[in-house]
Amino acid sequence: MNWWSRPAADTQITHGNRLWLYVLSAIIMLLLVAPTLIVVPMSFSDSQYLEFPPSTWSLRWYEEYLGSAKWMRATATSFQVGFLTMLVATPLGVMAAYALFVSRHRATRAIFLLLITPMIVPVILIAIGTFYAYGRVGMNNTIAGLVLAHSALALPIAIIVVTAGLSSYDLSQEQVARSLGATRTKAFFLITLPQIRFSVITAALLSFLTSFDEVIIAIFVSGGANATLTKHMFAALRDYIDPTIAAISTIMVILSSALLLLTQFLGSKGKRN
Amino acid sequence: MARADAGGSRSGKHLHEAALKRQHAREQWSVLSLVVPAMIVIVLIILIPLSWLFYLSFLGDDGGFSLENYHKMTQYKSYYRIFVTTFQVSILTTLACIALGYPLAFFLAQLPPRWAGVFMLAVLLPFWTSLLVRTYAWLVLLQKRGILNEFAMQVGLWETPIKLVHNLTGTLIGMAHIMLPFLILPLYNAMRKIDKDMMHAAANLGANPINAFWRVYFPLSLPGMVAGSLIVFVLCLGFYVTPAVLGGGRVIMVSNHITAILENQFDWGAASALGVVLLVATTFTLYVAARLFKFDAALFGRD
Repeated sequence: MNWWSRPAADTQITHGNRLWLYVLSAIIMLLLVAPTLIVVPMSFSDSQYLEFPPSTWSLRWYEEYLGSAKWMRATATSFQVGFLTMLVATPLGVMAAYALFVSRHRATRAIFLLLITPMIVPVILIAIGTFYAYGRVGMNNTIAGLVLAHSALALPIAIIVVTAGLSSYDLSQEQVARSLGATRTKAFFLITLPQIRFSVITAALLSFLTSFDEVIIAIFVSGGANATLTKHMFAALRDYIDPTIAAISTIMVILSSALLLLTQFLGSKGKRN
Repeated sequence: MARADAGGSRSGKHLHEAALKRQHAREQWSVLSLVVPAMIVIVLIILIPLSWLFYLSFLGDDGGFSLENYHKMTQYKSYYRIFVTTFQVSILTTLACIALGYPLAFFLAQLPPRWAGVFMLAVLLPFWTSLLVRTYAWLVLLQKRGILNEFAMQVGLWETPIKLVHNLTGTLIGMAHIMLPFLILPLYNAMRKIDKDMMHAAANLGANPINAFWRVYFPLSLPGMVAGSLIVFVLCLGFYVTPAVLGGGRVIMVSNHITAILENQFDWGAASALGVVLLVATTFTLYVAARLFKFDAALFGRD
């Protein structure tokens, strides 16, 4: 039997019968990936205009980006805010996920729902709400304000990722350590944390990316010398189109692809352990 | 003797039980106290600002309680149009995501897990890429002299370039692309959990593949599809960036209007009221859905 007429599924349908599905899936995957990757060749264009494929090539948009004080300043801000968000959201997320996972208290369900509200509430509301509240306490346009707001967005993601890690880990190991005399804190750091480290790292990377890619809160709450990369990009996309965006986009695509592959690698490693 | 012994140990057990219970309760509280820092962040960023907006929305011009901000919404036709646009865009995007996402999720769920992981990168890469980058890419692809127009004219689909962006069409294309992973991921997880023996049994009992799919597989995949569609729908209701960029000012959704009110009139009452309506619509959709389908696990990744 050749591949074509071999059964593809339990209902004895053949790969030949399924050809339409394979073609359709290939088209949909192309539609998903192509618009993400198209910015790469565009960023090497020599033209002022948005043309694809570019007729002549150059590095001028990268020079423009690297030579612009405004873009460099915004890039530094975005990295700084992303990094600080990661440092806030990861430990807080791990603590909350662990507590909710271990505790048998009646309130855990309600607390869990409260902690994931940033995923449910439309971001525009968080943006204008914090903008208004920060206005009262003078925290608009500050790094600290932006980090705090981004941490709220990153927390549910960190909690969900770490909870998933905990559920594939056998908690009785920690109990063994404690029955042998370790305190709960010691047992956590020596026994549990090393075994859920891959989910903790994934949670950290996702927290960074959540902040780095966030647009709406940044539009409202960040500004002046502390405006983020996404705030400037949004303004550039809405008002005038500057091919420098293609160069910045390419860098962002490379960054997120690298982080994605890293988490996939960690995920498969985590499963093997 | 035996009786006395048993009685003694029983009362001793009681004694320990009380102490153990106390210790257990203390332990429970000390563990639970670990959520406090996370809760402080949520209270500061979500609860307090949202309560403030809620309060502002009921504040009249004179500073007293009033419903005028809500009353305005029923009076002006512009508000009506914004709600219609928001629902229209959200429903159409959700339908497009189902049409494109279902076949792909099905294809991925049929593959051996190893290969599914590789092809899944096609879903995860856009999911991880900034939505600004993707919105920008569509701006380029859909423009008048963009690759899509050029291609269609070469193939002969249409003669002169048609307007694909800065309107509803562009917004829908961009939003469907951005939302697609949110549908595929929960749907794929639900499909993976379907017992393969079900399809075996269906085939064994004489169902042809089409029958087996529609009468066994599809109903079993429905909870995953509903969960994914709801996530997409709810995210669409509050979407801001893509309609702002790809809609070119012609597609005004609730979020865009909230921003416009604040930018142009600085009317916090009106903006808050609109925000409250958006929040109620979002929560209501999720609440009804949670009632109808038990998809907590699929939605939040936790049983």
